Amino acid sequence: MKIYGVAILSFCYLAGQILGDLLGLGFAFEGNIGGVAFGMLFLILVGDHFKSKGYLDQEAESGILFWSNMYIPVVVAMSSIQNVKVAIGSGFTAVLVGIVSTLFCFTLIPLISKLHKQEEKSM
Amino acid sequence: MEKIVEGLIKNNLIVAFLTVGIVMYISFWISKIGTRGKIPGAAIAITIGLVLAYFGGEKGIASLSLFSGMAVLGGNMLRDFSIVSTAMGASITQIKKAGWIGFLSLLIGISAAFFSGAILAYLMGYNDIKSIVTIGAGACTFIVGPVTGNAIGADSDVIAISIAIGVVKSVLVTLLTPIIAKKIGLNNPTTAMVYGGIIGTTSGVAAGLAATDPKLVPYGALTATFYTGLACLLCPSVLFYIIKIVF
Repeated sequence: MKIYGVAILSFCYLAGQILGDLLGLGFAFEGNIGGVAFGMLFLILVGDHFKSKGYLDQEAESGILFWSNMYIPVVVAMSSIQNVKVAIGSGFTAVLVGIVSTLFCFTLIPLISKLHKQEEKSM
Repeated sequence: MEKIVEGLIKNNLIVAFLTVGIVMYISFWISKIGTRGKIPGAAIAITIGLVLAYFGGEKGIASLSLFSGMAVLGGNMLRDFSIVSTAMGASITQIKKAGWIGFLSLLIGISAAFFSGAILAYLMGYNDIKSIVTIGAGACTFIVGPVTGNAIGADSDVIAISIAIGVVKSVLVTLLTPIIAKKIGLNNPTTAMVYGGIIGTTSGVAAGLAATDPKLVPYGALTATFYTGLACLLCPSVLFYIIKIVF
């Protein structure tokens, strides 16, 4: 049943959120630290375990994949509820930061793959 | 007429499903026909989302009661829930395949995007920590910006800017990858994994690699999958504290 997959996803999500909230408290920080990341980690671990045991069939997995496919639509809805009227004056900032930062990241790719090749040779 | 609108407002979440569905359809149609698939439909859809927000108020289009359901569909809860679900594709054997080089690229890629964004934000005149961190996070991907901004309590207009930065990055990555693939040696699985880890914006990475060499897509997508999760962990915590200390 699809709901089994959704329930597994919900469990991992909630566990991640709680851990993130507790970490936030631990760091004397009001927000949630890494709840999303921990949720993803739990889902990878639990999903992998359940799959190898045969508990997670295709039907249940499709319940999780449905939400995975809803990712971009949810991001579109999220974009539509921001205070863009105030932000529009900073449109230039967005374009500039986007371009400069992306170009900078591109220049790092050959450096790191070179590092990896050297390591392979020395091994 | 009034009765109809009233009925629609009562069913606001369903109106949101319909609205986003129409936006997605139009965006993928523009992507396919207007740009011959060169610009990802997802990037166009998010841009249309931001344009819609312009016609609303403080809460974007959700300020209009007819579209108030957008605040539920695009709110923190469903957003984080759907992000977590994207981890389903990954398995532990895959993580091992990416190895230390994948992890190193992720760390360097996230830090490089974050700090270059944060420094630029500072140079452009932002001098409160929350805005600088949110803009730095936006330079990672269009999702890391809002997740970080919400976690540290940044203003909605700064969050909107961070989404726009992520969209610019996604489009730029898609367009530039085939052009500079040769220059950066992007013709083997290892470099593709490094590329996915450094660039991170999944829609851009997948579309860019598909236009370069479709065989490389799974390698780039493998590391890119972990980028958003790791960046959502690092930006509001470690990287936030580094900025706080520097200030």
